[in-house]
Formats: sequence, structure tokens, C-alpha cells
Amino acid sequence: MSETRKLQWRRWSVALIAVLTLLLGFAIAVQVRAHSSGDALSGLREEDLIGILDNQNDRADRLRQQIADLNDSLNKLRNSGDRSAAARRQLLQQSRALAILLGTLPAVGPGVIVTLTDPAAGLTGEDLLDVVEELRGAGAEAIQFGTVRVTTSTSFEGNGGTATVDGTELPPPYRVVAIGDPKTLDTAVNIPGGVAATVRAAGGNLNVQELHKVHVTATRTLPRPKYAEPSH
Amino acid sequence: MIVAGIALLVGIALGLVLRPTVPGWLEPYLPIAVVAALDAVFGGLRAWLDGIFDAKVFVVSFVSNVTVAALIVFLGDKLGVGSQLSTAVVVVLGIRIFGNAAAIRRHVFRA
Repeated sequence: MSETRKLQWRRWSVALIAVLTLLLGFAIAVQVRAHSSGDALSGLREEDLIGILDNQNDRADRLRQQIADLNDSLNKLRNSGDRSAAARRQLLQQSRALAILLGTLPAVGPGVIVTLTDPAAGLTGEDLLDVVEELRGAGAEAIQFGTVRVTTSTSFEGNGGTATVDGTELPPPYRVVAIGDPKTLDTAVNIPGGVAATVRAAGGNLNVQELHKVHVTATRTLPRPKYAEPSH
Repeated sequence: MIVAGIALLVGIALGLVLRPTVPGWLEPYLPIAVVAALDAVFGGLRAWLDGIFDAKVFVVSFVSNVTVAALIVFLGDKLGVGSQLSTAVVVVLGIRIFGNAAAIRRHVFRA
């Protein structure tokens, strides 16, 4: 009886050992497979995952911060680019306006063409200057006398039927082109007792033509100041 | 013993063939249980080589090893020190496995 029991127990134990080792082998295989084939995070426990998540969140925050900083500097650079472009545009406009006033650029616009005839050779430089002054006083922005651009320093001489403007001899008839409001210029020249009357009194004639578009084509080179320099 | 070796190989083969997925609740315990079972197996191997192998002792130590290891990890998880405790369990069992392996080595190689 005890022998059979012992034998039975032996059989049982062998079976148990077999089952246990089989389970062990199974578990080893399963664990190795799960650890190597699945993604690395699936086998981790909760707090490790939380740590990893925190790290990733920190990293994402840092990167977001970096993005914001870079966007800021991008905007700054863009703004400064805009500002310098605007400043350049403004400077360009200013320089063009100055160039027209100084006579270094040709100009176009509404204005008048004044034609002076002097058959009696009675017009003096002063009379011609009066015409120009009258036009300027009426708001002419660019004036051309014959082939000479009239500016602040233009000189007029005239006697005996020829005029010398800025050193250039011009024969009559004199043609003066002025850009400005045509009506105002016409009125100013033909004002009673004004330059028109003076010219007629000297034996000449003056004719004003109002035009939509006149061209001041003559330019002059800008004299370089010899003594004066900007002071501030 | 031959039966045990064959069963181990069959188990590995089954695991490779069936490709089961480890259920989520078992994930933290399975590696620890495997290490604990390995400890029991090495202990059994050593006892067999020493000529004092007892099937009952092997079965009981195997089951209790696995159970205690799983329990320790479970408790550690509940206390919030799960990863540290599983490390501790692995270290202790690793030392035991090393000791058993050394004894087996002495038997097999006489050195």
C-alpha cells in the first residue's frame, strides 16, 4: 500500500514538475517576446511612465518657449526691415522733391508756357527776372527759361535783344516753361500793371499758354558748397 | 530531470509559436515571477546534482517563490515603491541564482 502510494506520488510529482517547468518556459518565451517585440514603453510601470511623460512635457514646453522666442525675434527683424524700407521710401521721396526744387531732375506737370517776343530789343535782364519772379511768386515749382533750368541762383542779364541766363546766351523769342497751377500762373503774369504790361511797354509781347502737361526737361548739376557745411 | 528539461523546451516552443500577449495586470509581475521560478529551478538542479533532490521541496519552493515574489512586487506597487522593490527582488534572486550556478559548476567541472 505504501509502495503504491509512493509510486503514485512520484508520478504526480513528475507531472507537477513538468507542468511547472513548462509554465516557466512559456513565461520566459512570452516575456522575452513581449520585451523585445513590443514597443519599449509597454512593459514599464506607472510611475516610470509618468516620469517619462513629465520629461516629454518639459521638453515640449522648452521647445514651445524656443518657438515663441524665435517668432519674437523673427517679428522684430521683420519690423525693423519694414521700418528701414519705409525710411528709405521717405528719403527717396524727399530727395526727389528736393531734386525738383533744386533743378537736378526733369519734371512734368500742369503749368504754363510763356512766350516773350522782343522785336524792339527793349527787354532788360531785370524784366526777364521779373517774369520769372512773378511765376515763382504764383507758386511755380519748376521753371525753365529757354534751355536753362531756373533755380534760386540763376542770373539774368539782357540788353540789345539777347538774354544771358546763367551764362547761356539765348536769342528771342524767349520761351519760359513753368509747372504750377496754370490758372494762378496765368493770372499772376497778366495782372494789370504787372510784368505783361512792363514787357509791352518795352515794345515786346507776352503770351501765356495754359497746359495740362508741360515738360521741364532742362536740368543743372548741383554746385558743391565750398564753404558751407551742415551744422548740427 | 529529463522530463523537466523537455517540458521547459516545450514551454518555450509553445510561447514562441502561440505568441500570446501579456495581459496588462500581469505585466509587472511576469518578469519577477520568471526570475523567482528560475531561482527555484537552479536550486532544484543543484539539489539533484547533490543527490538530495526532493520533488515536494521543489514544487513547494517553486510555487512559493513565484507567489512571494509577485506578492512583494504587488505590495511595493501599492506602497509606491514598486520599481525599487522589484529591483531588490531581482538582486536577491540573482545572487541566489549565482550561488546555485557556482555550486552546479563545481559539480559539473569539479572546479
